[in-house]
Amino acid sequence: MTTQLAVELAYWQQSILRSVGVIAAVLLPAGTIVYLFLFKMMSFMQSRLGPNEAGPYGSMQLLAEVGKFLQKEDLIPDGADRRVFTWAPIVVVASTFVTYVVVPFGPDAWFAQIPTGIYFALAVSSLSVIGVLMAGWSSANKYSLMGGLRAAGQLIAYELPLVLAALGVVIQAGTMDMQGIVAAQRTGEIFGFGGIGNPFILTQFVGFMIFLIAMQAELTQPPFDMPVAESELVAGYMTEYSGFRFLLFFIGEYATAGAFSAIAATLFLGGWALPGLDLDNNLMNVLGPVVLLVKILLIMFLVMWFRVTYPRFREDQLQIFAWKYLIPLSLVNITATAVLKVVF
Amino acid sequence: MTAVTERQQLAYIANQAADMRVNVELETEGMTLNIGPQHPATHGTLRIIVKLDGEQVVAADPVPGYMHRGYEKLAEVRTYPQVTTLVNRIDWLGSFANEVPFILAAERLMEVEAPPRAQWIRTILFELSRIGNIALFLGDMAVQLGAVTPVFYAFRDREYVLNQIEAITGGRFHPNFDRIGGLKDDIPKGWVAETKGVLTKMRAFCDELDELLVGNEIFTARTRGVGVIPPEVGLSYGLSGANLRASGIDWDHRRDSPCGLVYDKLDWKVWTHPDGDSFARYWVRLQETREAILMLEQLLDGIPSGPIMAKVPRIIKVPAGEAYVATENPLGEMGYYVVSKGDLVPFRVKIRSASFNNISIVPWVLRGVYVPDVITILASLYFILGDIDR
Amino acid sequence: MSSTEVTETAPASDERRDALVARLGEELGDALIAGHVDAGRDVWVRVATAAWEDAGRVARDVLGLRYFGFLSAIDWLPSPYGRSLDAAIDLEAEPASGEVEQMEQGVTGGETRFQVFARLHSVTEHIGLTLKVDVPNDTLALATWTRLFGGANWHEREVFEMFGISFEGHPSLRKLYLPGDFEGHPLRKDFPLLSRMVKPWPGIVDVEGMPGVADDEGGE
Repeated sequence: MTTQLAVELAYWQQSILRSVGVIAAVLLPAGTIVYLFLFKMMSFMQSRLGPNEAGPYGSMQLLAEVGKFLQKEDLIPDGADRRVFTWAPIVVVASTFVTYVVVPFGPDAWFAQIPTGIYFALAVSSLSVIGVLMAGWSSANKYSLMGGLRAAGQLIAYELPLVLAALGVVIQAGTMDMQGIVAAQRTGEIFGFGGIGNPFILTQFVGFMIFLIAMQAELTQPPFDMPVAESELVAGYMTEYSGFRFLLFFIGEYATAGAFSAIAATLFLGGWALPGLDLDNNLMNVLGPVVLLVKILLIMFLVMWFRVTYPRFREDQLQIFAWKYLIPLSLVNITATAVLKVVF
Repeated sequence: MTAVTERQQLAYIANQAADMRVNVELETEGMTLNIGPQHPATHGTLRIIVKLDGEQVVAADPVPGYMHRGYEKLAEVRTYPQVTTLVNRIDWLGSFANEVPFILAAERLMEVEAPPRAQWIRTILFELSRIGNIALFLGDMAVQLGAVTPVFYAFRDREYVLNQIEAITGGRFHPNFDRIGGLKDDIPKGWVAETKGVLTKMRAFCDELDELLVGNEIFTARTRGVGVIPPEVGLSYGLSGANLRASGIDWDHRRDSPCGLVYDKLDWKVWTHPDGDSFARYWVRLQETREAILMLEQLLDGIPSGPIMAKVPRIIKVPAGEAYVATENPLGEMGYYVVSKGDLVPFRVKIRSASFNNISIVPWVLRGVYVPDVITILASLYFILGDIDR
Repeated sequence: MSSTEVTETAPASDERRDALVARLGEELGDALIAGHVDAGRDVWVRVATAAWEDAGRVARDVLGLRYFGFLSAIDWLPSPYGRSLDAAIDLEAEPASGEVEQMEQGVTGGETRFQVFARLHSVTEHIGLTLKVDVPNDTLALATWTRLFGGANWHEREVFEMFGISFEGHPSLRKLYLPGDFEGHPLRKDFPLLSRMVKPWPGIVDVEGMPGVADDEGGE
């Protein structure tokens, strides 16, 4: 894990590369997810065409949308707490950016190597709830307030199964380092067969399901979209936002989706590693990000599929589902994992 | 009125407790939330003022009237044939069905009868309006519950029905096709065969929604036991149509008083559900759509030949008298109480629209539910705003 | 069966509806002022003002008419503005008569300008009943039905704002449709339909000919 890049770069050069990289790493998956799933796949599932004018197959639609949002008037309600109101979307987006920092894209393509990477990622990803609460409170709108409070309740409730599901992986991998988890899956063996390594989706299937459900809730995607429930709360905490600030929320939503998918892909699908290619193969620095992106999209496909299919839970049903089913189940999962870890 | 559900009792207690808290201890107060007049769930301009304790509703007060058009007053200065143009706009999703009871009331006063062919085509259009109307409900209920996809299917497949209505009447939404003594025109060539193709599509649509929603655990969890209306309460509030049948009351104007329409010549059944909750209302409407497709198949096969218009005078003067005719419209019982003084214009037309009564139960049924259930219950009661405000 | 076929096969009497009126008469006694049966189709009764709530209760509990259809009112005053159909062709169709119209209170008669009427239905017997009641000219007040039928709440509010008839004992008698500061009662006959006052009705100018009738009257 401590191999160097073939070309030695000065620290400032590496920093610039990594800054550019993190922006690309945030925006590229987010844009792909929005175009591929939100625009096209959702349209086809709903028997409509989706965007098809801007660019080939509507692929430039996203740029058009960004342009549209930038042109819109930046409204701040009279009763709003202006400072909190303006900072809320930035807090949400910042939390997403920071989450990406610990996700490894290749043997050397990482932004920051933290020994407790997964812990860090799950910790900072929950910062966005502060931004959501800020938005809900400062909008001076009852719908926003209810949306913000619902979001807080929901994000806190589902943070727990999320962490507990990841814990199973940590126990099995024996490390909290994201690179270590990738390596553990690549070099692992299933009953002595090491051909495809040991992606934890096989041994931690229960954990994967819990993680996926909790992730859906963390992303506030249907069936867990009560914070923005458009038929009840108009747009929840985003009701009063327009123009660029709304765009930030929008980017935040799908960049967070990308971030969580990246974490899920790293934890359960083997991250950037490919079976058959060595971990410290320099090629993986180029191929790794592509592999990870494909895995991100696989997971996002599931998320968006659930999104277009299911109706929404009610707030109390959501809490019951988290506390009565997901959390006990994940605790059982951890216990079983720990026992098996000791036995084998 | 004795069968108050447990949750409503709890809500009453919560209401009392909330007031106590306001007065004595914590100095908290309930939040008053204005749902509407512009709100995605009211699909129109209904406003509901709800008093909340947390997310629980302690009191709800609907405020209709943002779209009141005064049809009862306007009808007093319209000649009888002109009134159908107005009443088209009451329930704008099933417009043709609005015209029928008024025309039937006028025919009853005039003692004329539409020829059999006109009665059959009326019934066909009536049921097509029902399918077009309820299809949208079947999708809209899902979107109110947060599932965005079914509503697109609903709009897609309703289009076929609208096309058939347009082919025969020339109007997609407002046919204005019914006349005193018959119909404006006959059906065009090839229409029957085309409509049969549409019915196949609509049956597939019903099956699709059955699998997508009725079989979905989240849908069931969100609708079962939500907004329970006991039959006695439903009767006392004058609920009608599927809302009442979902409470287990086996009553349908089409079967029990089929005046002027040919339902008594068809083989069909009235669906009821014992539960009286939102799920039951959805389920009953789904079954009714299927039943309407069945009916239409029989109707299309049996259209008698003959004229489509009875002999009526050039200028219609309706003899003095009073008549109330109600039919089973997509939304429920719709009736017109027409008072004539032997003039060109009606003296008084009381429009008994279904949604008005269906929504008047809202203060009763919303007590003690959560905010998401407010939307579920409103969606399942299925109102068209024009049908409340007239 | 179809109501319109009744013209040929109208039964001379209608036992079910006659029995309904008779039963109501037994319960209410003198309070049942008039009854009218349109054989095979419909039935009306008129009850005394004081017995309005009793009549509703008897109809619900004794006659089993548990379904509340609607409640509304009629202003029997002949419209002081005519029919607002003042185009030449309408005058031709019916020349305006010079005499003042008398107030006629419909099939069950009446003594007052305003009558409230309500429709109840039996979901088991499939029979409907229209109850009418005179509203005293001086007080314009009536007992409420909200204690009997929950649905009467909104209907009485509508009648209150549209006709200015108040209902004693109604829990919250306020305007339903109209804004709170609206003046007047729109459905009263002496409330002018201002759009027709401002711009006269052009008349029946573009009406299609009925099938089989020569289109000899189509005016410009």
